[in-house]
Amino acid sequence: MITVENLTKRYGGFTAVDDISFEVRPGSVVGFLGPNGAGKSTAMRMMTGLTPPTSGRATILGRTYRELHNPGRQVGVMLDASAQHPGRTGREVLLVAAISVGVSRTRVEEVLALVGLTDAEAGRRVRNYSLGMRQRLGIAAALLGEPQVLVLDEPANGLDPQGIHWMRGLLRRFADGGGTVLLSSHLLHEVQIVADDLVMIGRGRIVAMGSKEELLSRGGTTVHSTDDTRLAGLLEAADVPVTRTGSGLVVDAEPGVVGRIAAEERVVLLELRSGGSEGLEEMFLGLTAATSRVGDAA
Amino acid sequence: MSSTETSTARTTDTPAVGRDGVRTPEALPGRPGVPFGRTLHAELRKMVDTRAGRWMVIVMAAVAALILVAFLIWGPAEDASFSGLLELSTLPLAMLLPVLGIMAATAEWSQRTGLVTFTLEPHRGRVVLAKVLAALALALVVLVVAVAASALANVAGGTGEWDLSAAAAGGLVLALLIYVLQGVAFGLLFLNTPVAIVSVLVLPTVWSIATTAISSLQDIGRWLNLDLVTQPLFAGEMGGRDWAQLGTALAVWVLLPLAVGTHRVLHREVK
Repeated sequence: MITVENLTKRYGGFTAVDDISFEVRPGSVVGFLGPNGAGKSTAMRMMTGLTPPTSGRATILGRTYRELHNPGRQVGVMLDASAQHPGRTGREVLLVAAISVGVSRTRVEEVLALVGLTDAEAGRRVRNYSLGMRQRLGIAAALLGEPQVLVLDEPANGLDPQGIHWMRGLLRRFADGGGTVLLSSHLLHEVQIVADDLVMIGRGRIVAMGSKEELLSRGGTTVHSTDDTRLAGLLEAADVPVTRTGSGLVVDAEPGVVGRIAAEERVVLLELRSGGSEGLEEMFLGLTAATSRVGDAA
Repeated sequence: MSSTETSTARTTDTPAVGRDGVRTPEALPGRPGVPFGRTLHAELRKMVDTRAGRWMVIVMAAVAALILVAFLIWGPAEDASFSGLLELSTLPLAMLLPVLGIMAATAEWSQRTGLVTFTLEPHRGRVVLAKVLAALALALVVLVVAVAASALANVAGGTGEWDLSAAAAGGLVLALLIYVLQGVAFGLLFLNTPVAIVSVLVLPTVWSIATTAISSLQDIGRWLNLDLVTQPLFAGEMGGRDWAQLGTALAVWVLLPLAVGTHRVLHREVK
């Protein structure tokens, strides 16, 4: 469990993280979504004790990070996959971490197998790793101490589509075993694949939070048929509010309701999906447009 | 435990995401952080498991060996006693050991491995202490090798005289440890390898030149010059005044940067 209470970080006059509060419960993969520079990384560094908060606090398993006994056994952290000494081999990176965490050499081989790094790859220096391999190595290091909680900053960055699906499976199994996962991403589609729940952040503030389905269905249902005019009339006759958009209709009802009416009246549907014009994607794009500035740090 | 109570009270109105009803695991019981022995072991390993670290040790050994061989072949035979050979073989160590200390201190920031190191052990003061002890331990190992090589050279081609006094031996160990510690201190102070290396080599020299050139600074210079005061230390001829001068020079050139550097590491944001 991760609890964040009124967490704030100011750098001079700039507020990177502005009074955010949320709790991540076990058993779920939670995506921390926001455009670059929204404050995701700063918030994650405050959760893991690397950046002192200006005010507020963050606890993991009920304790501040500093109070945790042998944090590596309780929280798996990966804040930047590229932050590895290029002169060490992948295996050596894990062996050093294993000494500190207090786990055996066998566990190092286990996590290497778990993230799919071969023996030959593990023997290569990190300098020669692709970003995807560094991400796998970082995740292996995070899993080394068999933790209860994972805090991962942009773990899917640099992974190919196959790698992203692999990660979904890995994190899904971790959460099903009662683990807590918080992972950040600046890509909505990426986080839609991997996460069950979302915390959306923009300009240091939380703008939306909840289960993926809930957030995606916000704003109704989008429908497009061979005869939208007739369908709109039918829906209005059934007391369902309808808005016309350029490429179809946005209906303030569940997709099931719309689909049933269309089936009964034999209207041919071309598209039927959760999420209307005010859906997650538009909201995210709005945030990105408002916060993406030249020279912004992640 | 009033702080815990308030936090529990606040948690109820913190909005939550995730599944309901999954058992929340407890934090592991035990003292905060990692047992110190493991941190020390990890830091020791990190000093020699990179190409740069390993080569530093190899280069130090190779330079010392080369100097010994060259001296036995071309040097004046009467000076090739044990203490003479040892003095020669430790000369490159005094130059290179600080670099080893610097690299130990700066790698976490220049290679950004601090993101991992300081999440595994959030008590950064313990990591700094482990680095200091690891650098000192490695310096001792290198010194033992230099002593063995000098002894071998003495037997093989030297005068065969075993003329090292206990005071000189102790002074040698102390001086080399001070140089390593100075390296760690400068590394922590600048958190940047090239800047720290240049500073460790250039600043004391500039100070030496300034204090010998400017007559009004000469008296102060004697009290704040690590290179001057290590000469009697290497020779094993320390008087009371020398010890006092060693103390002041040590305070300014080693302990002060160590204190400022440690403070920096403890409070700096790890990015």
